Amino acid sequence: MAAPVVTGEDLRKTFRAPGDGGEVHALDGVSIEVHAGELTALVGPDGAGKTTLIRLMAGLLAADGGSLRVLGIDPAAEPQRVQDRIGYMPQKFGLYEDLSVQENLDLYADLHGVTAQERSQRYPQLMEMTDLGRFTGRLAGRLSGGMKQKLGLACTLVRSPELLLLDEPTVGVDPLSRRELWVIVEHLVRDQGLTVLTSTSYLDEAEKAARVLVLHRGRALAQGEPAGVTRIAAGRSAVLDPGPGVIVRSLQARMLDDPEVIDAVPDGGLVRLVRSGVATPEADRATIAGLVPTPVEPRFEDGFMVLLRGTAAHEAGVDIRLQRPLAPAAEGSVVEVRDLVKRFGDFTAVDHVSFEVRRGEIFGLLGPNGAGKTTTFRMLCGLLPASGGTLRIAGVEVARAGAAARSRLGYVAQKFSLYGALTVAENLEFFASAYGLRGAMRRGRIEWALRQFDLAGHSHTASAELPGGFKQRLAMGAALLHEPDILFLDEPTSGADPLARRAFWRRITALAEQGVTVIVTTHFMQEAEYCDHIAIMDGGRVLAQGSPAEIRGLARAGEGRQASMEDAFIAVVQAARAREGEARP
Amino acid sequence: MRVEDTLAAKRRRILALVKKETRQMIRDPATIAVGIVLPVILILLFGFGLSLDVKNVPLAVVLEDSSAPAQSLMSAFALSAYFRPQVVYSTQAADRLMIDGSVDGILTIPSDFARRFSAGDARVQLVVHGSDANRARIIESYVDGALGVWSARESVADGTAASGGPVAIESRMWFNSANDSRYFLVPGLIVLVMTLIGAFLTAMVVAREWERGTFEALFVTPVRSGEILLGKTVPYFALGVLGLLLCVAAGRFLFHVPIVGSLAVLVGGSMLYVLVALGVGLLISSYFRNQLVASQLTMLATFMPALMLSGFLFDLRSMPAPIRAITYLLPARYYVALLQTTFLAGNVWSVILPNAAALALMVALLGYASRAVTHKRLD
Repeated sequence: MAAPVVTGEDLRKTFRAPGDGGEVHALDGVSIEVHAGELTALVGPDGAGKTTLIRLMAGLLAADGGSLRVLGIDPAAEPQRVQDRIGYMPQKFGLYEDLSVQENLDLYADLHGVTAQERSQRYPQLMEMTDLGRFTGRLAGRLSGGMKQKLGLACTLVRSPELLLLDEPTVGVDPLSRRELWVIVEHLVRDQGLTVLTSTSYLDEAEKAARVLVLHRGRALAQGEPAGVTRIAAGRSAVLDPGPGVIVRSLQARMLDDPEVIDAVPDGGLVRLVRSGVATPEADRATIAGLVPTPVEPRFEDGFMVLLRGTAAHEAGVDIRLQRPLAPAAEGSVVEVRDLVKRFGDFTAVDHVSFEVRRGEIFGLLGPNGAGKTTTFRMLCGLLPASGGTLRIAGVEVARAGAAARSRLGYVAQKFSLYGALTVAENLEFFASAYGLRGAMRRGRIEWALRQFDLAGHSHTASAELPGGFKQRLAMGAALLHEPDILFLDEPTSGADPLARRAFWRRITALAEQGVTVIVTTHFMQEAEYCDHIAIMDGGRVLAQGSPAEIRGLARAGEGRQASMEDAFIAVVQAARAREGEARP
Repeated sequence: MRVEDTLAAKRRRILALVKKETRQMIRDPATIAVGIVLPVILILLFGFGLSLDVKNVPLAVVLEDSSAPAQSLMSAFALSAYFRPQVVYSTQAADRLMIDGSVDGILTIPSDFARRFSAGDARVQLVVHGSDANRARIIESYVDGALGVWSARESVADGTAASGGPVAIESRMWFNSANDSRYFLVPGLIVLVMTLIGAFLTAMVVAREWERGTFEALFVTPVRSGEILLGKTVPYFALGVLGLLLCVAAGRFLFHVPIVGSLAVLVGGSMLYVLVALGVGLLISSYFRNQLVASQLTMLATFMPALMLSGFLFDLRSMPAPIRAITYLLPARYYVALLQTTFLAGNVWSVILPNAAALALMVALLGYASRAVTHKRLD
C-alpha cells in the first residue's frame, strides 16, 4: 500500500481566547492519516478543531507541536509547494460575488495554469456535475446557497488536485443541495480516484466516508471505519413506542433524564434510545417507563453519542419551571397568520404565508437559508412591517397594538444580540428594566433566570466571553424574564453541538408543557420531530404544513426504511420546483 | 509532478488577478463613488465654494484730513477690489461700526497727513478686527500693499525717489500673480483625490477580501502573495491616473489654473505619489484585515494629514518646529511641494528632484513593508 497522502502525529494548536487572554486548545494531540483514493471525514461539533486541522494541512496555519506531512511535504515549512498541488474549499468559500460564475471559474483556472485545451474538456464536465451550465453568466452573489457551494467546489476542481480538502461543504445548505453535493463528492472519489478529506457536523454524512476521525474539543475520540464507531453502540439502540395520546417529545424528555439512557431523540413518531448498558436477554425484557423497548440496528450517531457522553457529565435536572401560571387558554389560536407578504423592492421575501399556532404548541418553520423564515419572524415580532396580510397574536392585530402584543412575546434572535461588554447579570438587569420589572419582582426573575439556565457561576462574566452554549442560554433567559406567553426562537440550535441541542429542546419541551407557545425555525430536519406542527418554507412560500407524521407521509419510504423528515423535505421542495418549472417553461 | 513556476505562469497569474480586480472595481458602486464621483464633487466644492481670498473688506476710513493727498489715498482704496471703504468723520462713528461688526477695520488718515507726506514721513493708523487672526493679517497686508502701491504711484507722479514699499508686495504675490486661491487649491485638491483613490480604496479592497473570506481560497493556489499585491496595485494605479487627469483637466479648463511646468513632470510626480498612497493603503489593510478599522485609519493617517499638514491649506513654515518635523514623514508634503511648483512656478528641478526622490524612497519602503506583512497565512 502506498504511503498515506497525509500523516499527522500529535498535532497541537493553541489560540488565545479573545478578551480574557485565556487559551483555547483547538487541537490537543490529534493524529490523522488520509489514504490515497479514499474519502476521509472529520466529524465533530462546532469548536472540535476540524477547521484548524484542515488549515494546518493547507499551510495556512502552523502547528504549535507535532509533525505533519502532506504529499510528503511539511506544509508549515513549504506551504507553497503544498498549495500548488492541493485543492481547498474553506467553510465560507471565497467566491467573488461580483464576478460571474464563468469569471470565478476562469480566475481559478488561470491561477492554476489550466490550458485552454484542458479547459475545453474540464468545463463541460464540471457544468454537468454541478448543473451550473445554465447560470454561467450570473453573478456568484445571486446564486442560492447550494449553488454557491457547488461553484466553490467547481473552482477547486478546475484541475485534478492530488488532495481535496473540504471544510464543512454542506453547512447552511438545504437538504436537497446537500444530497447533490454528496453525489458529486462520492463520484469524484469512486470514479476519478480523488483523495478527499472533508469535515462535517452532520453525523449522517460521516457514514459515507471510508475513514472517520471523530473530534471533540481538540481531541480525537475515535478513528477508523465509520462502522467501527457505529459498533460502539451495538446492542444499545432501541426504539420506544409512546403509544396513543402521549406526546413523543414528552416521553423523549423523560428518557433523557433516565440515567440508564445515554441518548434519546424523537424519530418518526417513536423515541429512539441509546442505552448505557449493552442489551442482554434480561435487559431486553426490562421495561423503561413501563414501555418495552424494541432493539434496532445502531447508526453512526448512536456510537458518536456514546463517545461524546464519555467526555461530558450528564446534564441532568434542566427541567425549567415558570413562576406563575399562564393565563387560562384562550379559545382558538394564539398566533394567526394570514396571507402574510413581505416585499423588498421587487423581491418577495415572504409570499402569502398562512399558519395558526395553538396555545402550548411547538410550531416549527423549516427551510434552507433564504427561505423567508427570519423575515416572517421579524414581522411576527412587530420588528418589520408587513407588505400585506394579517397577523394576530392572542387575538390582537400586531400592526395596531405593537407594544401591547410585544409585551407578551419573547424573542431570541438568530445572532447573539445581547450586550457583549456587559456581564451576564448586567444584561439580565437591563432586560428586566426594559420589560418594566421592578423591585422584588425584578430580583426574583433575575435569580430565576440565573438558576434555570445554570448561569449563576458566570454572572460576572462579560457575555461576549461566554462559551457558545452559554450565550444561547443567556439569550433565552433574557427572553423569558417577563414570562411571555409566546416565545419566538430563530435558529436557536444553529452551530450548537448535539449535547447542547438536546438540552435546549429539553427546556423547550418543559416550557410547552406549561402552556408557553413556541415558534421556532431550524434547518436541522430531525428537529422537526420535536414540533406539534411544522411548515416547510422555500423561496418565501409555505410548501407543506402539518404534523411531523403528516409531512413524513408526503415522501415515499426508501428501501427497507421509513421515510425521514429530510426525505419529506426533499420530496416537497422537488415537487414544488417541478411545478414551477412547468408553469414557467 | 510539480507545477513549474515559470515566468509565463507568473505572468498569467498576475494578468488573471488584474482582470479580476478590474472587473470588481468597475462593478462596485462604492469604487465609482470614491474614484469618480467624489473627485468631481470635491473639484466643484473646492473650486467654487471654498476660497481663501479676502475680497471686499468693509473698512471704515476716518478722514481727518481733507487735503488732495488724503483724498487721493481714499480713492485708491475705493477703487480697489479688495476694499469697500466707508468714509466717517469721527473716531466714535468708526468705533461703533467696528463694534457692531459692519466693518473689519478702521483706517485713520490723521489731520497732519498731507504735511507729513510731503516731508516723506506720512503715517496712517490701522485698527483691524482681530477675531479671525488670519483674516486680520491678510487685511493688514492688503492695506500695507495698497499704501505701498499708492505711495509709489504718487512718488512717480511727483518725480521724487520711490520708497522700498512695492518690493514687499511683490514677494507676497509671487507664483500667484492674480492672488487667486484656486491656483493653489487645485493642486491641493489633486493631492486629496490621489490620497483617497490610492490609500482609501485599496485599504478597503484588501480588508474586504479578508472579511469575506475570499483570501482563504485564493491562498491555497499557486498564486504568490507578491502577485496578489501587484494584482491589486495595477487597476487602482490606473484609476488614480484617471482621477488625476480629471482634476488637471478641471483645473485647467474650468478654473483656468495655468500649468507653468511640464505636464510630464506633473503626471510623473503624481504617479509616484499614487504608488505611495497605494502602499499605505495596502499596508494598513493587510495588517488590520477589517474594512472599518482600515478605512478609519487610512482617513487619519493619510487624508487628514494631507489636508492639514501638507502645506496645502496651512503654511508649513508657520508651524511649530515639532509639528514641522512630523510633516517630513508625510508623503503628501513632498507631493504638494512638487505639484505647486510644477503648476505655478515651472520645472524648478531643485524643488522637483528632491521631492520626487523622497516619494520614490517611500514607494520602495512601503512596497517592501506591504510585501512583508502579506503572508499567505491566517495567523
